[in-house]
Amino acid sequence: MIWIVKNLWLIPALPLFAAGIIAVNKQPARKLAATLAIGSLAVGFLLSLCAFSATLGHHGEGVFREVFSFPWIQFGGQWMDLGWVLDPLTAIMLVMVTFVGMLIFIFSVGYMAHDENFMRFFCFLALFAAGMLGVVIANNLFLFFVSWEIVGLTSYLLIGFWYHKPSAAAAAKKAFITTRIGDLGLLLGMVWLYAQTGTLNFYDGGHGCMESTQLVKMATQVTIGGFAVSTVVGFLIFLGAVGKSGQFPLHVWLPDAMEGPTPVSALIHAATMVAAGVFLVARVYPLMAQSPLLHGTMWLDTTPMLIIVTWVGAITAIFGASIAVAQNDIKRILAYSTVSQLGYMMMGLGVGGVAVGMFHLITHAFFKALLFLGSGSVIHGCHEEQDVRKMGGLKKYMPVTFAVYAVGMLALAGFPLFFSGFWSKDEILHSAHNWPVSHIPFLLGCTGALFTAFYMTRQVALVFFGNYRGHQQAGTPSAHAHSHASESSHDPHESPAVMTVPLVILAGFAILLGFVGTPAWPWFDGYLTGEEFKFDLSKLTEPGTLGLMIASAAIVFTGLGLGWFLYGKRPRKTVAEKDVLEAAQPFFYKVLENKYFIDEIYEGTVIRFNAFAAWLCDFADRWIFGGAVMLVKYITVGLAWLYRLTDEYFVNLGFDTGCEALRESGGGLSKLQTGRVQTYLRVIGVALVALIIFLIWGRKA
Amino acid sequence: MNHWLTILTLVPFIGGIVIAGLGADRKNLVCGLALATSLVGLGGALCLWLHFDTSQGGIQFSEQFDWVPSLGIQYFLGVDGLGLLMVLLTAIVTPLAILASWRMDDRPHVYHALILWLQAGLFGTFTALNFFHWFLFWELGLIPAFFLIKLWGGPKRGPAATQFFVYTMVGSVALLLSFLAIRLATGSFDFIELAGLAKSGVLTTKLQAAFGWKNIGLIVFFGAFLGFAVKVPLIPFHTWLPAAYSEAPSPVTMLLTGVMSKMGVYGFLRILLPIFPDQIRQVLTLLLWLAVATIVLSACAAFAQRDLKRIIAYSSINHLGYCLLALFAATAVATGVNNSDLQKAAALDGALLQMFNHGLTASALFLFVALLERRSGGLRGLDDFGGLRKIIPVFTGLMGISIFSSLGLPGLNGFVGEFLIFKGVFPLAPWAAAISTIGLLVTAIFLLTLIQRVFCGPLNARWAKMPDLTTAERFLVLPGIALMFVLGIWPQFILGAVDATVMKLVQQLNF
Repeated sequence: MIWIVKNLWLIPALPLFAAGIIAVNKQPARKLAATLAIGSLAVGFLLSLCAFSATLGHHGEGVFREVFSFPWIQFGGQWMDLGWVLDPLTAIMLVMVTFVGMLIFIFSVGYMAHDENFMRFFCFLALFAAGMLGVVIANNLFLFFVSWEIVGLTSYLLIGFWYHKPSAAAAAKKAFITTRIGDLGLLLGMVWLYAQTGTLNFYDGGHGCMESTQLVKMATQVTIGGFAVSTVVGFLIFLGAVGKSGQFPLHVWLPDAMEGPTPVSALIHAATMVAAGVFLVARVYPLMAQSPLLHGTMWLDTTPMLIIVTWVGAITAIFGASIAVAQNDIKRILAYSTVSQLGYMMMGLGVGGVAVGMFHLITHAFFKALLFLGSGSVIHGCHEEQDVRKMGGLKKYMPVTFAVYAVGMLALAGFPLFFSGFWSKDEILHSAHNWPVSHIPFLLGCTGALFTAFYMTRQVALVFFGNYRGHQQAGTPSAHAHSHASESSHDPHESPAVMTVPLVILAGFAILLGFVGTPAWPWFDGYLTGEEFKFDLSKLTEPGTLGLMIASAAIVFTGLGLGWFLYGKRPRKTVAEKDVLEAAQPFFYKVLENKYFIDEIYEGTVIRFNAFAAWLCDFADRWIFGGAVMLVKYITVGLAWLYRLTDEYFVNLGFDTGCEALRESGGGLSKLQTGRVQTYLRVIGVALVALIIFLIWGRKA
Repeated sequence: MNHWLTILTLVPFIGGIVIAGLGADRKNLVCGLALATSLVGLGGALCLWLHFDTSQGGIQFSEQFDWVPSLGIQYFLGVDGLGLLMVLLTAIVTPLAILASWRMDDRPHVYHALILWLQAGLFGTFTALNFFHWFLFWELGLIPAFFLIKLWGGPKRGPAATQFFVYTMVGSVALLLSFLAIRLATGSFDFIELAGLAKSGVLTTKLQAAFGWKNIGLIVFFGAFLGFAVKVPLIPFHTWLPAAYSEAPSPVTMLLTGVMSKMGVYGFLRILLPIFPDQIRQVLTLLLWLAVATIVLSACAAFAQRDLKRIIAYSSINHLGYCLLALFAATAVATGVNNSDLQKAAALDGALLQMFNHGLTASALFLFVALLERRSGGLRGLDDFGGLRKIIPVFTGLMGISIFSSLGLPGLNGFVGEFLIFKGVFPLAPWAAAISTIGLLVTAIFLLTLIQRVFCGPLNARWAKMPDLTTAERFLVLPGIALMFVLGIWPQFILGAVDATVMKLVQQLNF
């Protein structure tokens, strides 16, 4: 076993230690906190590169995979092992997470410079990195789940970082609970998998639960509804991914999560954590791709679980993209865009396999981190303003931010040939086009791509073009708008280098990364699947590929053009004026602006039901169970009173009369026995006198 | 033959007598002596733990003498992994409770004496193996608890104490009657002997023969069941608990929830499961649904509460519901389940771990509420606070850790037990396990709501000067917090000690 496999645990452990040290440090030591967090990720990045290089050069000889296990707990006389795995999937994620994470950490030094809880911020960030890297290296669904929940915790803590804002506290709670709904599915899937296979190790030299022996065993067993066990277990595990990756219908927490500081949105809610759900599906892909081996059913080319994954992804993709069209908060636009892109990744996994979905995951991580950090730079420059209607004309004030933002936007929109997003999205659409089950996901994906190009153009036009509207009072164009002298200090400003340098680096990767996964040189695909590939330019001009590329380019240009025509050519003048779409289609705009009223629907159903159940249980406790106890109590007390009454007025009455008579006669008698010597002497004296008189007078008589 | 267990039980008992005799004026001496006594108990429990042979699951450190031979009464003590774990938990929670009531001004000598007697009762209950003196200790634990609630409790302490006493007394009487019936039929009070009779099926036949009634086994079982179900508690025998927990002084609540509630689960494990396996199987479906109802309904009820102590009280019911779910599922006849012994062992191991974890976490949470009450002058409503995180960050952080431990966050202690329970129960009773996950979800909802209302949002100006944890208070809570991390990351040190016992119990249940 090579040394890097043995020591892979160091990569998550380093940020964990960093978080621990920052947490127990009493003195305010901002530099130490930032250095520890960034340093631990930097070392982790170097180790990840070593791990990455170990997985290289195995094309054509199957997938490189080495595991390390150790015993953890014992029950029923058996040990449960935990462990980690190094394979291309792990390695590529390690490199991405440590690298993007490091850049975002550096950006945060500038972004959070004035925050009084700077240390705590870096403590949580480092803890997040530890959890996320744990998710990536885990070779065991249990260890995966532990890390996954730690990631969820840090997400909760960081969304609620500005806890004094009630909206942030509520958003944090919503995020934790919504993802936990999915996690309960994952938990059940996990225990079911454990019960069926007797192991939770993914790969274990042929005995792992993602290896064919166990998969076939599960695929031949029938359970509820006539499904194969493998399908149902896969579905339960997928629920976890739906929650974490913000897939419809559990997406509601992700846009609200934008209450957190912007670097958090970039790292956790765009690049890494939300992609963990996609990674989970990629990790258990053998289970998802296992056809049920039941009598009477035949599955060609695909499996029930992959069909579900595809549909959920496709619906989420179009759903998120359409909502993003009608949002006005710069971060919420990006959040819905993330929801939509995560849908694309899921769809990619469903229709094209691990390499297709993962390629989009990696490119998206870079350009979406870039966009979020860019929006952070914009927000920072505009004095914490997030409403795009109050921005405008920023390309003049923030040239570097504008340039990198434009790169990110073109990559996300999928501008042909030169940007990574084009290649990764094209690959998904290509696979969807060839999907044997249905053509609708492909059409949904294409429509989503059109929306994506449109809303990104709208956003960039509103933020960077036209005139700056930040000085206007809402409603009326300000009279002071032109008096620059008095307001220059409130003009937007470019961010410091500590923030812009990471942006430039990310922008570079947003362009370059596309070239490792083009049809002409499918390195990424070959790397993940371990299959042979070669450089072949002619692949680009094959009819199927070329036609689709042209079609998708046409879609992108349509979106860009439409966006520019509506928002760029005639820039918005005032903050208050109606959106162009709102003026044209007020009903549809209203529906999209309110996110299809999903939150309101949940508010009216799930949340109200929960409150009702709570009320009912409390009522039952107080009045039904408690009432029964009270009834018993009052019956007992009533009986006791009854006994007392009978005793006092019935039984005792006769008894008392008798007693009284006795007492009175006794009292009469007792007067004879006063115990006073004088009385006795007096009686004795009187008696003596009487006796003497009797004796004297009696004798005489 | 040694006398370690007798000595362990006698130390707090005698300590209590000495302290009661000291009088109210020497407060410092009283508190110091009480703490010292409880620490001796802790030391003794740790010694037992170190000398315990984990490789065998049988009874160790046993002491056995004839007491009243004509009635089959013996003085029979001993611990296996289960008893030892509970002794250790008692020994850990008691000093914490004594420290938490350090500032007690009202008749401290009686108060601390009662606490020590309560500890003695608990030690006795967890070590006794003959029904007769086990029952003596079981009742001995009840009486100090009643007086502690009745004399030092909150404004509604009277009804709460009465309810507590009446409820548990009814349960105890039913339990006693059942065991008298068993004694009549078999002539034995010895748990181990009775378990042997049950395993061979003789117990039920003997009962039927003695009473001439076919269903007598079930009646006797329900009598004993009632005694334990009230103590745990299992819905619908639970309404005494929120009242008692919220009216008792918080340190006493720590003992009530941390250890006394475990007496019920302990009773199920030590007595009901081995002695009445037939009867449990006859009504298994009903019992499973009761456990599921306990889990789900108590979690929902907790969400409706507005008093911090009542919230944690209901969450206690919820947590122990998982233990009972595991116990009942482990008695199921598992046909067609892969490796059913392993699943049963996982469920029971999880239940034991959950008992210990809950004792730790719930008592820590009540301790935090006690500290909060000390700062707020007795206020503890969910809506009385707000934004406290800003002024008492250390308190918030440490209580936050306890709360997350309670809602089963992986990496902290609560999760491992719950995972093992679900891992074991799912194959044995899939529907019960699946519905119970609702409890996990609702627990997260109400605990996060607690954090949101008390610690987040804008600061309630009334508490602007609330002091953070003092150094002494930090040392008071840190051991518990440290244990939460240790048990979350390395639960093997408990599992290793109880696993052999659990395997033996599983063997006992299989026939």
